Amino acid sequence: MSTVATSQIKLTPEEARPRASVRSRLQDALPKIVLAPSFAITIVFVYGFILWTIYLSFTNSKTFPSYAITGGRAYQRLWNWTFDTDPPSSWYTSITNMGIFGFLYIAICLALGLFLAILLDQKIRGEGVLRPIYLYPMALSFIVTGVAWKWFLDPGLGLEQTLHQWGWTSFHFDWIKNKDFVIYTVVIAGVWQASGFIMAMFLAGLRGIDGEIMKAAQIDGATTFQLYRRIVIPLLRPIFLSAFIVLAHLAIKSYDLVVALTSGGPGGSAWLPSNFMYEYTFKRNEMAVGSASAVIMLMTIVAIIVPYLYSELREKPR
Amino acid sequence: MLRKLLIGTALASGLAFAAHAEDVKEVQMLHWWTSGGEAAALNVLKQDLAKEGYAWKDVPVAGGGGDAAMTALKAMVAAGNYPTASQMLGYTVLDYAAAGVMGDLTETAKKEGWDKSVPAALQKFSVYDGKWVAAPVNVHSVNWLWINKAVMDKIGGTEPKTFDDFIALLDKAKAAGVTPLALGGQNWQEATMFDSVVLSTGGPEFYKKAMNDLDDASLKSDTMKKSFDNLAKLVTYVDPNFSGRDWNLATAMVIKGDALVQVMGDWAKGEFHAANKTPGTDFLCYRFPGTDGSVIYNSDMFGMFNVPDDRKAAQVALATATLSKSFQSAFNVVKGSVPARTDVPDTDFDACGKKGIADLKKANEGGTLFGSLAQGYGAPPAVANAYKDVVSKFVHGQIKTSDEAVTELVKAIDDAK
Repeated sequence: MSTVATSQIKLTPEEARPRASVRSRLQDALPKIVLAPSFAITIVFVYGFILWTIYLSFTNSKTFPSYAITGGRAYQRLWNWTFDTDPPSSWYTSITNMGIFGFLYIAICLALGLFLAILLDQKIRGEGVLRPIYLYPMALSFIVTGVAWKWFLDPGLGLEQTLHQWGWTSFHFDWIKNKDFVIYTVVIAGVWQASGFIMAMFLAGLRGIDGEIMKAAQIDGATTFQLYRRIVIPLLRPIFLSAFIVLAHLAIKSYDLVVALTSGGPGGSAWLPSNFMYEYTFKRNEMAVGSASAVIMLMTIVAIIVPYLYSELREKPR
Repeated sequence: MLRKLLIGTALASGLAFAAHAEDVKEVQMLHWWTSGGEAAALNVLKQDLAKEGYAWKDVPVAGGGGDAAMTALKAMVAAGNYPTASQMLGYTVLDYAAAGVMGDLTETAKKEGWDKSVPAALQKFSVYDGKWVAAPVNVHSVNWLWINKAVMDKIGGTEPKTFDDFIALLDKAKAAGVTPLALGGQNWQEATMFDSVVLSTGGPEFYKKAMNDLDDASLKSDTMKKSFDNLAKLVTYVDPNFSGRDWNLATAMVIKGDALVQVMGDWAKGEFHAANKTPGTDFLCYRFPGTDGSVIYNSDMFGMFNVPDDRKAAQVALATATLSKSFQSAFNVVKGSVPARTDVPDTDFDACGKKGIADLKKANEGGTLFGSLAQGYGAPPAVANAYKDVVSKFVHGQIKTSDEAVTELVKAIDDAK
């Protein structure tokens, strides 16, 4: 009895509210309604297909998906290939290349981007012209970058040939044809493309730093180096996070750059895991192995990004 | 009873009439023949079909190449939306047939006599479980040498008949300061050349055992080691800049006279024709030394899907037109390959084409027509690609000796099976 009474009492304030409540409730719900389709699409096409890929990696799917779970043979094969170093298996080549490429690409892009941004921030003349010049490579697709650098680095067509014609005949640069160095040419082309964009991110960050802090430090007698080392770079920490995440995902999905620049490299020596995944899934009709390699790529990126995000985002609410 | 029969007949004929009336006069075709010569060759087929009243509709493929087309096809078939036919290669046809999505053209095949005119080796891929599921369009063969005649005359070379002759010829070119061998250092080109090397080193029997039957003993044998040694010898004659080069650029080196010879399938002839070169006077086509009498082939096929009944008439028309003698001749003259049936007159073909047709006929009769492992006609894609990996790693030095190469080859093939 008493419950009924309380619920009745509870209802009264709601009833008492004016009729406009429908409108205000709609207003409250509007963002959710607008976001719902893209949310649903993300759920299905990103997370749904991640689960789908994980599922496929435990089947023995070949040309077409097969739905009977048959165990972790695909992972077992990848595991065996991981230790096939002499001669290197395609999987071993792919993951070591990922390590080399990922580390150098992210490190050089961050360093170069920051350096260029600091230089451009010195209130120089013509900044408006210089900035887009550095930024434009990002507007090109990886395919264009790859083909342009392929020609430029080709000893018979590009840099080496030109310098030979100019008389410097001892000049030798054939990395793109060399199985041990070809991955570094991918780094060069990748850095060329992305560092301008990273520069723009850092430049925005630098412009956001309060001038008063800088002045205060200068009055306290800080040298320029100290100023950047102790004040500016620590203040740019959120930019480092964003830049890192942008670069990390660009690195892990670099597929087209390798194909356009090296067509896989001599004996497949320029492969990245994404090339491995595509080859095995679509060309070799080994969908289970391809899916397993995709899952491992996902795990790798999760292992790097999640702790980083966690440590960065935790400090925010101080 | 009689009345029932009459009604039944009336209904049936009515249905037949209705079905006939609703026949879709359109052929939906998935293919990646979009470049100049290929598109021109395909136009012949479009016109033939237009004469019979069938419209041609290309299924659009984003990105162009064969891989993109196969990915698109997979998606279409998964969605139950079959094209009338699709350009397909080798084991792909059998994969789709095993998945039960291919049509049945056996009646048409019987009427047109395909069983007798299409080489038995090709029927392995166009006939599944006794049913015709694909129409072969052409036969390419890969054991060819393409030689620049001007360079050949300059160094005073003659047609090499054995592998040792070939090495001697390459030495002559080297001495004359010409790049002896034009090679593109991509895995499929290296493996395509190695197909010929194996046939030359081990002979037809050995090629079949090792490269088509994947017999373990043959793959491990000393003959296979010797084949790898011979490949290593050939690789010493390429220019230092060969790695990653596209096949048509390698052909261009021969056309320009920068290089003496390229080992490549007969699609290279298209490049010579595009540069207005004539066989016999500007360039020479010989069989790879020691492989005369045998043909290593690959073939383009039109896979025929199990389309709804109202589209079957169009499909039959397409298949009939594809294997008609007139189209086979007209198409292959332009494409550089040879007809997929052995009873097509060779009058319109050039010297290389005539030799190709004669060789195919001889190889078919003598049982020396073999699928190219590098081109995916020797074994399923997983095995073929494992093979390409090993050959390419051997050429580029990740695999150092022929002993190691043979061990790796056996391991890779076992793993992929």
